Amino acid sequence: MIEAFIFYLFASLTVASATTVVTVRNPIHAALFLVLTFFTSAVIWMTLEAEFLAIILVLVYVGAVMVLFLFVVMMLDINIARMREGFVKYLPLGIGVALVMLALMLIVVTGDIFSSEAMLEPVPKAADYSNTKALGGVLYTEYVFAFEIAAVILLVAIVAAISLTMRKRPKTKYQSPPDQIKVRKADRLRIVKMRSSNVDP
Amino acid sequence: MSIELSHYLILAAILFSISIAGIVINRKNIIILLMSIEVMLLSVNLNFIAFSHYLNDLAGQVFVFFILTVAAAEAAIGLAILVVLFRNKGSISVEDITELRG
Repeated sequence: MIEAFIFYLFASLTVASATTVVTVRNPIHAALFLVLTFFTSAVIWMTLEAEFLAIILVLVYVGAVMVLFLFVVMMLDINIARMREGFVKYLPLGIGVALVMLALMLIVVTGDIFSSEAMLEPVPKAADYSNTKALGGVLYTEYVFAFEIAAVILLVAIVAAISLTMRKRPKTKYQSPPDQIKVRKADRLRIVKMRSSNVDP
Repeated sequence: MSIELSHYLILAAILFSISIAGIVINRKNIIILLMSIEVMLLSVNLNFIAFSHYLNDLAGQVFVFFILTVAAAEAAIGLAILVVLFRNKGSISVEDITELRG
């Protein structure tokens, strides 16, 4: 009973906040509602006994990716009025496409293949079962190559993001160590020979 | 009353449809488009985790792990492109991106 209550509460919260994300006027509010969507989804993942991924969703997604989103949204000067052009015009089309896709997917997922008779409710795991340990056990043995490819993808993303956004300003003053090392005494110091003279005070 | 697998699949289908509608109605706003893609990936991940739970197979959760990795990389590069676009054009409106139009 309590499981059903938690599921319906957080499922409706997820749907409501996801709807707000795509309809709200201000992009900052959209980002904050996306954070709420991730949080409520993490609760639903936790009821599905995927504790590690639920924590990862909150830490990585809410903590890193959404902060990046908020950072970029606040840094850019966005003309909201111009962004909203065509919102009402495309609204019927968007809702129509979404409803058709939803109807098609519902036909599939409410069929007999996924009914409660075909897919039995699994036995709950024991209290000392560690989802993180089990996931780590397969991640570092069976899926180790995929794991390394994921690491390379993250490295490429770091390099790409930095090289895209880095720029050299023409007016910036900076040091050039090779030039500093190459310099000789003759380049900087000039000794001028002069006759000494006595000047009476 | 217990929760069946199809409940989770219906929830994921609803989330996916919402993000499809978001992509169509917010086609001028690149930031909301990126957020809609994030919601879409989230609904796919929910499907994977629900099947992983009901089939008692950890492979689904491993797949979600990799999807999260790729989605984080995608968001970082997408936002970097957005920043470069704003720096060069002074706006991120879709109508101003017409360089590749012949």
